[in-house]
Amino acid sequence: MTAAIARKPFRRWSVLPGFAPALGFTLTYLSLIVIIPLIALFLKASQLDMASIWRILDNPRVFAAFRLTFVASAVAAGINAVFGLVIAWLLVRYRFWGRRIVDALVDLPFALPTAVAGVSLSALMARNGWVGALFAPFGIDIAYAPPGIVIALIFVGLPFVVRTVQPVLQDFEPELEEAAATLGADRWVTFLRITFPALAPAMLTGFALAFARAIGEYGSVIFIAGNRPGLTEIVPLLIVIKLEEFDYRGASVIAVASLIISFSLLILINLLQRRLGEHHERG
Amino acid sequence: MSGDRRDRPALREPRWARWAIFVGGIGFLVVFVVLPLATVAVEALRKGFDVYRHSLSDPDTVSAIHMTLAVAAIAVPLNCVFGVAAAWAFGKFDFRGKTILVSLIDLPFSVSPVIAGMVFLLMFGLQGWFGSWLRDHHIKIVFALPGLVLATIFVTLPFVARELIPLMQEQGTDEEEAARMLGAGGFRIFWSITLPNIKWALLYGVLLCNARAMGEFGAVSVVSGHIRGLTNTLPLQVDILYNEYNMVGAFATASLLAGLALITLAAKSFLEWRYADQLALTRR
Repeated sequence: MTAAIARKPFRRWSVLPGFAPALGFTLTYLSLIVIIPLIALFLKASQLDMASIWRILDNPRVFAAFRLTFVASAVAAGINAVFGLVIAWLLVRYRFWGRRIVDALVDLPFALPTAVAGVSLSALMARNGWVGALFAPFGIDIAYAPPGIVIALIFVGLPFVVRTVQPVLQDFEPELEEAAATLGADRWVTFLRITFPALAPAMLTGFALAFARAIGEYGSVIFIAGNRPGLTEIVPLLIVIKLEEFDYRGASVIAVASLIISFSLLILINLLQRRLGEHHERG
Repeated sequence: MSGDRRDRPALREPRWARWAIFVGGIGFLVVFVVLPLATVAVEALRKGFDVYRHSLSDPDTVSAIHMTLAVAAIAVPLNCVFGVAAAWAFGKFDFRGKTILVSLIDLPFSVSPVIAGMVFLLMFGLQGWFGSWLRDHHIKIVFALPGLVLATIFVTLPFVARELIPLMQEQGTDEEEAARMLGAGGFRIFWSITLPNIKWALLYGVLLCNARAMGEFGAVSVVSGHIRGLTNTLPLQVDILYNEYNMVGAFATASLLAGLALITLAAKSFLEWRYADQLALTRR
């Protein structure tokens, strides 16, 4: 074991200069900006004993915020998975006027500041807004209610599934689908048995990215949510409220809990995706 | 491509399905992308162009513009240097533990912006680790420009690096090695060989990094302290005006940011179309 490690050097030899300063700078910068501050956060939370940590988390308002955040994020990422596939299909398989503009617009949520998205979505979805007015006669409120939160999270997660599925669909061999068609499968069966299984791992990746983004999202949600404690209050807002009350310990515990839950979910989805990928390769 | 499809009848969905996909996809984008943009324009101009222009010349809004430009002018170049250094170390050399280090660079993308701002409050705030030392030496980090810059650097750190690392990995080291054999030094190799090869990808990363740096809200909101005319960036100014029910002011300020987003998208699409071969292959 030690012999094997000794034979394998730390780095493969290269004639190029600058490895040590480049790596040194990279690691120092990354540590100072990201790693050490995050460790400080975990240390802050771990100053408390388990009983006090539990007292902070075992609170109806905190529990409601966690449930709302994770459920709304999962619903939004799920809707994005379906429509992301539809939009990727449209962009790769169909030719129509303005396709390039549509393709560029998909990335708008990456470029538009979340505060701008927040104010414009809440104006749009309010009872007197263009879209909100369509639902108001039926007594359905979108803005300042949980559906508004889902709408904002759909917006911020929109590009992820499109951008993960699009390249896979582009590289997908049409011959496979043609073979299925010659063997008598109709278009729907071909899609379910041939195309969809090939796209599923990419869809899952996009879902996971949109989900992770949604859990941490703050700017676009707080304008449309209404922010009523226990009803429409999300976890990042709860952290901000604790910070404004100078309850740094409470804020740290909630922040660490949300980081741990979302990282575990991401690892879980990653494992699931790997299994899906293997299953697909084995056919 | 379009000919391709017509030649392949087996790949054509029935007419109703094609319409459903078209209407569903475009309709979704209209509701979630086009209508919000239109709302910004309509609300900003609701009381006419003069009121719009007047609200943009409000002193607090002007100082927010300056603050946003200052924060981006510091954060973007620093992350640019970081991205190039990281891409040189990770893209041109092979060493143990590389994969883990590369994945650490993406960490800020999976941390909530609120948490990104909060970690600096915990370190440099009055109750923070260095709080009393900073107060004794009259150094202000949180609720001042340095705090805004730190939080912005945190959330925009991955953008340049993640464009350059896969590209420099793909390009390999042959050209640089040839230059080395011919006697070029490190900086000469970088300026005449590497930089020309990565310039469009670098610009692409800088564009995305800048858009996020100017538009960041959550992280900056936590460390800013919302001091009007002093620590307000444009997104924070949108928040303040909106909460004061100054809708025209809020949407006029938002329209500046929306304009920036549209310019960024246009430039990004142009780079993807014109220099597709010089951006990382993973990105079409």
